Amino acid sequence: MLAITVSHISKSFGTVQALKDISLSVEDGELFGLIGPDGAGKSTLFRILTTLLLADKGEGTVAGHPIVSKYKEIRKKVGYMPGKFSLYQDLSVEENLSFFATIFGTTIEANYDLIKDIYVQIEPFKKRLAGQLSGGMKQKLALCCALIHKPEVLFLDEPTTGVDAVSRKEFWEMLQRLKEKGIAILVSTPYMDEAELCDRIALIQNGRILQTDTPEALRASYPYPLYAVKSRNTYQLLKSLRETFYTRTVLPFGDFLHLSTKEKMALDQIQNDLRTKGFEAIEIKEIEATVEDVFLELSDTEEARTTTER
Amino acid sequence: MFKVFKAFVQKELYHILRDKRTLLILFGMPIAQVLIFGYAVTNEFRDAYLDVYDQAGDYLSQELVQHLQSSGHFKVNQMIRSEQQLEDGFKAGTTKLAIVIPSDFASELSEGTSVTVQLLADGSDPNNANTLVQYASTMIGSFQQERLAQPTNPYQIDVQTRMLYNPQLESAHNFVPGTIALILLIISAMMTSLTIAREKELGTMEILLVSPLPPLLIILGKVTPYAALSFIDALLVLILGYFVFDVPIVGNLALLLGVCFLYVVAALALGTLISTVSKTQQDAMLRSLMGLMMPSMLLSGFIFPLASMPKVLQVLGAIIPATYFIEILKGVMLRGVGFHLVVWEVLILVGMTIFLLFMTYRNFKIRLE
Repeated sequence: MLAITVSHISKSFGTVQALKDISLSVEDGELFGLIGPDGAGKSTLFRILTTLLLADKGEGTVAGHPIVSKYKEIRKKVGYMPGKFSLYQDLSVEENLSFFATIFGTTIEANYDLIKDIYVQIEPFKKRLAGQLSGGMKQKLALCCALIHKPEVLFLDEPTTGVDAVSRKEFWEMLQRLKEKGIAILVSTPYMDEAELCDRIALIQNGRILQTDTPEALRASYPYPLYAVKSRNTYQLLKSLRETFYTRTVLPFGDFLHLSTKEKMALDQIQNDLRTKGFEAIEIKEIEATVEDVFLELSDTEEARTTTER
Repeated sequence: MFKVFKAFVQKELYHILRDKRTLLILFGMPIAQVLIFGYAVTNEFRDAYLDVYDQAGDYLSQELVQHLQSSGHFKVNQMIRSEQQLEDGFKAGTTKLAIVIPSDFASELSEGTSVTVQLLADGSDPNNANTLVQYASTMIGSFQQERLAQPTNPYQIDVQTRMLYNPQLESAHNFVPGTIALILLIISAMMTSLTIAREKELGTMEILLVSPLPPLLIILGKVTPYAALSFIDALLVLILGYFVFDVPIVGNLALLLGVCFLYVVAALALGTLISTVSKTQQDAMLRSLMGLMMPSMLLSGFIFPLASMPKVLQVLGAIIPATYFIEILKGVMLRGVGFHLVVWEVLILVGMTIFLLFMTYRNFKIRLE
């Protein structure tokens, strides 16, 4: 059985079309990532799937139930963690958890196994008010609250936004462990590096899904030679590389520039070329495409396509 | 299901007890309101200052001034010697009421001809001026009766007035019912609309909706603590009124509390109704202040009598639950009337409550939009 199916869902708010003909499916026990920038429509899709919003067009099921007609069934079976921290800030960690356990008709003790790994990390602060926790702690508490009733499907809307790097890593490790317990997880994130940690991902932009695949397959689908280039003056390097005849695209990635070329190039050739232009301390290597390269490539052609459509 | 409800009420109590602002509104406001209405907003006066321009200066005129002071309402501020001084006093605002006694006061009276005593009041505050003049006239009238046992005309009409149910015309008797109506409205309607809007604003409503909780239970769980608290406040106002301002509770207490309960339900329905259209606390606050508090204060007959208002405002007043609630409260509390005499008002209130509950149910959203 599929944990989530979405077919041809569209949704508009006034004149803004938030989702355009979205289709995807998540298998049981799969960790599925919805990857895209802010405003791509991720939260809207989450709210439609968690029965909080009605789609204009299209259908979907969650845990085997259609999202509109059987919304009551779905609400019993899903765990939902909204993008904004949505627990009671004036209640303590323990009070929040026991409140959510009670409204789902269970107790902390009954499902302690499931949240144990996470809860032990925040247990020392259980008397502290939720509003006074750090960002990472808040997210752990929110995850505990979303898990307390042993949901079949877990919806996590940007759970790592505003969380430090260490906590982000820990959070994803927790998701891996939850996945092993058979819970299907749909997680959204604007961070491309987190995409690698998902079983499958869908790249989403401007309310449209660009592509859905495993991270490996997506990376392998990148069709052009790709090089990482670095020099002392990154900005000059970027400008200069944009003007060379062999360049397709060149985009900044941290300290490096990712240079995609029309044909396969010898590393020496690029290096010599740059040296004659006066660049120093040049580092260059051939690399495999990251999910971000694929995303940018796809969103490029996507934009190109929509502009030619007009 | 009861366990869930209990957890909800407990959570709501945590919110209330941990928020100083909420606590202040819940318990500080009723007390402050009763005391302010009781002491400050009142038409009575004690020790009003009286200026005397005694042109006669004889024994009788002095006795009249004595008599005026004997009531405890007036105190002589200053004896005035000239018309100029009189006018200066009014302009400076130090004089509110002045009595001018003509020079031939005693002699004319003893001769049996009528004599005119002039009362001057500062009309820029008409309510106050009216009351002062009324008191002074009454006192002068009684002086006349006492001193001149033999009226020149034996066939005078003697007017005897008695204010029933509130013989001293204490304004406290009027404001206690009004304050209860306002307090119950603020706590039940404004506070519940605020607390529901808060859940929406903070995003916790999303989580509550994506849970097995029936939406009706969410609302019930949120309003119950406020219903209980507003009831406590109603009792608080009654007790304060009784002990501090001697406002009696003549009628049936059970009937009184029963009507309070009915009104609380209506107010809760109003609050929930407001929250169905408000997404933020600020919005809910403005709507309840402008849409509920203002009309309930001004158009319910609490402060200004409805009968003297333009027709449009009277119609508006007639659709405000507080109008009927205050009417019933006055009847039961002050006049001690039984259920059969307020049955019409109660029926209207029941009708309004049912209508509001229906509207709330119809407008309640099981989703976010």
